[in-house]
Amino acid sequence: MRRHAPRLGSLAVVAAVLIVLPFVLSSYHTYLAAEVGIFFIAILGLNILTGYTGQISIGHGAFMAIGGYTTAVMSRDHHTNLLVTMLFAFAFSFVVGVLFGLPALRLSGVYLALATFALALSVQYVPLQWSTYLGGSGGVQSSTTEGNVWLYGVSWATAATLFAVAWLLLRGRVGRAFRAVRDSEIAAVASGVEIGIYKTLAFAISAAFCGAAGSLYVMWLNGFAQPQEFAVGLSLSLLVGAAVAGLGSLWGILAGAAFIGLLPQVSASVPVIGNQHGLDVVYGVLVVLVMLVLPEGFAGLLGRLRVFTQGLNRESTAVKLPESSSQ
Amino acid sequence: MTKLLELEDVEARYGPVHVLHGVSLAVEEGTIVAVLGPNGAGKTTTLRAVSGTVRRAGRIVFNGKALSRTGPDGAARLGIAHVPEGRGTFSELTVWENLRLGAYTRRGSIAADVERILTYFPWLSDRRRQQAGTLSGGEQQMLALARAFVQRPKLLLLDEPSLGLAPVLVTEIFRIVRELNEKEGLSVLVVEQNAHLALQAAHSGYVLEAGKIVLAGTSEELRADESIQRSYLGY
Amino acid sequence: MLRIRTSEFAIPVALCVAGAIFLLVGSLESTQFARLTVQGVAQGMVYSSLALALVLIYQATHVINFAQGELAMLTTYIAYQLIQWGLSYWEAFAATLVIAFVLGVILQVTVIRPVQHRSVIATVIVTLGLFLLIDGVASWEWGAQLIILPSPFGSTDLSYNVGGVLIEHLWVGTSVVVLLSLAVVWGLFRFTKLGLAMRAAALRPAAAALAGVRVDVMLAIGWGLAAALGAVAGLMAESSNLFLDPGFMQQPLVFAFAAAALGGLESPVGAVVGGIAIGAFQILLTGYVPALGSNLQIPFSFAVILGILLVKPNGLFGRRQVQRV
Repeated sequence: MRRHAPRLGSLAVVAAVLIVLPFVLSSYHTYLAAEVGIFFIAILGLNILTGYTGQISIGHGAFMAIGGYTTAVMSRDHHTNLLVTMLFAFAFSFVVGVLFGLPALRLSGVYLALATFALALSVQYVPLQWSTYLGGSGGVQSSTTEGNVWLYGVSWATAATLFAVAWLLLRGRVGRAFRAVRDSEIAAVASGVEIGIYKTLAFAISAAFCGAAGSLYVMWLNGFAQPQEFAVGLSLSLLVGAAVAGLGSLWGILAGAAFIGLLPQVSASVPVIGNQHGLDVVYGVLVVLVMLVLPEGFAGLLGRLRVFTQGLNRESTAVKLPESSSQ
Repeated sequence: MTKLLELEDVEARYGPVHVLHGVSLAVEEGTIVAVLGPNGAGKTTTLRAVSGTVRRAGRIVFNGKALSRTGPDGAARLGIAHVPEGRGTFSELTVWENLRLGAYTRRGSIAADVERILTYFPWLSDRRRQQAGTLSGGEQQMLALARAFVQRPKLLLLDEPSLGLAPVLVTEIFRIVRELNEKEGLSVLVVEQNAHLALQAAHSGYVLEAGKIVLAGTSEELRADESIQRSYLGY
Repeated sequence: MLRIRTSEFAIPVALCVAGAIFLLVGSLESTQFARLTVQGVAQGMVYSSLALALVLIYQATHVINFAQGELAMLTTYIAYQLIQWGLSYWEAFAATLVIAFVLGVILQVTVIRPVQHRSVIATVIVTLGLFLLIDGVASWEWGAQLIILPSPFGSTDLSYNVGGVLIEHLWVGTSVVVLLSLAVVWGLFRFTKLGLAMRAAALRPAAAALAGVRVDVMLAIGWGLAAALGAVAGLMAESSNLFLDPGFMQQPLVFAFAAAALGGLESPVGAVVGGIAIGAFQILLTGYVPALGSNLQIPFSFAVILGILLVKPNGLFGRRQVQRV
């Protein structure tokens, strides 16, 4: 989030659109829009981690799995109210985030990325191994399911709440500490910032957000939590979404969530030999193209548009330090 | 004597920060030219402008050829050897590999040149297999010079050779540079904070302050100049 | 390639020696152990080749190429296609290496070069996109067919009998081919001018440019070389007359990551040793602890790798990175 509030105008527009949408869209499209809301929450969380403290995680799908299974199991065994399960999912994921964030402190940059990638790969095997409690490949079914409009409302309400939470968090001291960690760990330590605490906190917060998203995701899947839903592709999608979003812009995160939520559905309708594989090809091509055109994500594009319209020198002058390669 | 290198109104910047504001200088073939000036004046940037390591504007002519879009690898192929600040030696490679790298742009055998360079730096022969990073600062500077020489350049750009080195070593390095100039005909553009040593070795010089040339002349003229004496020679 | 300085690597070297002794003693004690060890080493060679490809690219550009496995898979399918069109196995092998090289270069120039200077994360995402893309293309083209790539080493029944231990031709053949490829690459880097230039470009691009090295070209060649190594991995992984399936390089990629990370991402030697170690470890484990089942293989391996990384965060052979403020 930018340090000042997203323009009230933007917020109002988004809110208005969100409120109107379910009345305008078909039931199926409302369902899709709910998914976008869910991914919004997850990408928001990932943004806090990657964008603000610079730690790269390719494993946050695991936290979605944790949140999702929490909801399914609690609902199956105790018939807990779904919203209450989401709170539990949030809290539980937070705790697991702390547990993972602590050893992660030892790993830097790409090693962390690889370790989280390993996490993403491994998580789908956990329910398979402990199948008695966690349902194995058959999955876990919650005891209640909800309709599309409910899903839409709850996801976006949660998204809005968590967005506000994130904004409050990031504009204060915590946010400054996060940015300090991202920009220069060494300088941050020298300035007395307790790196360990903040990095772990960032991990835990992002995990909690993804846990909530996961909880909603299972609700969205008709209350059915299955290992296949939380395969490595989910974590990869989240990272793609976060990259498309870029850093710290409401519109960016919306764009990122829409990208990963809607594109697979859209590319299914592109007439390529009516094939699942055609879909993958199209999606892959789009991911590559988007990154080529917008390496800083949507937020970067917006930033540049802003500079352009303000009439400043728009030539993108990356500081060319001597260590860059030849022209 | 012909002008090997000519800069005309050269500007250079790092991103939005302009460092050179119209620098004009020339290096005549077979001479050593020093660029003096305080920290932050843009001396290093000047060399970088010549080798194409930094964004620049203005006219730069080398050996009759205008360098407009040439990057560092192009400059090397044209005959410019740039020994950057911090030497640019490859610490992870051996001494011998560093030297071989100098010959990258050369075709054919470099044996003769290596023989030649070993006469200036005889100790290199024993240390061929040693990792360059384990050499002392002075030795690394000499290795960098040796590597530049193996490139058989027409022009050597030398950036702050005295940096971090004991005075006795610096004197030695300047002596070798002078010898390379006299015996091998190597033209040199050297940037140096140690004005005293630089002017001893050089034929002529320029003084750069805040991105502009403020004074120029032969080394005798510069040494005699009062403002130089006060600011840079410690009188 | 990079020279090993024994003082820094006392621990990993000791570990490797200990590991080798363990394998040796075990093999002498039990033919089953010996057999599994050889099989594991052969399997590990595949991981080594792929891991080396990853390290090559990472060393030069600090980018993890998530598409390395899929690229290897694609080139294996291309080899299959060439054989269908009449080439002999080894002719197809050679041709595929060349094609893989060209593909690697093309990818670097068209898709990686535009982003690699702008953003590390964007580059990673691009490779992820390539992953999806290549997987889709291969599945589309060949997914529906039942394909077997004919093995150059004969059927899996053929074995050498070495002191009572049955060693399949396949394992020996695979190991020899990979070792030869690794040797060629090593020779390239150690003895040729081009190899030296590539190393220089990976170590210090700015200084290399000043010496006249075209850094961008070196990077493209690096990608080509990595793709060729991947092709070797893919072809050797499929040398056992099993059905070819578009996903067949996904698990090996995971293990190759582990090998590269274990060995330290900047260490080619570490990657190769790591690959062999992981291969041996994996096969021995599944042989002796069947309870570990197919479900927990990957998580368990990674738990081990993670454990090692926690102790040595830059990998066993990695250098501690000095960070300048």
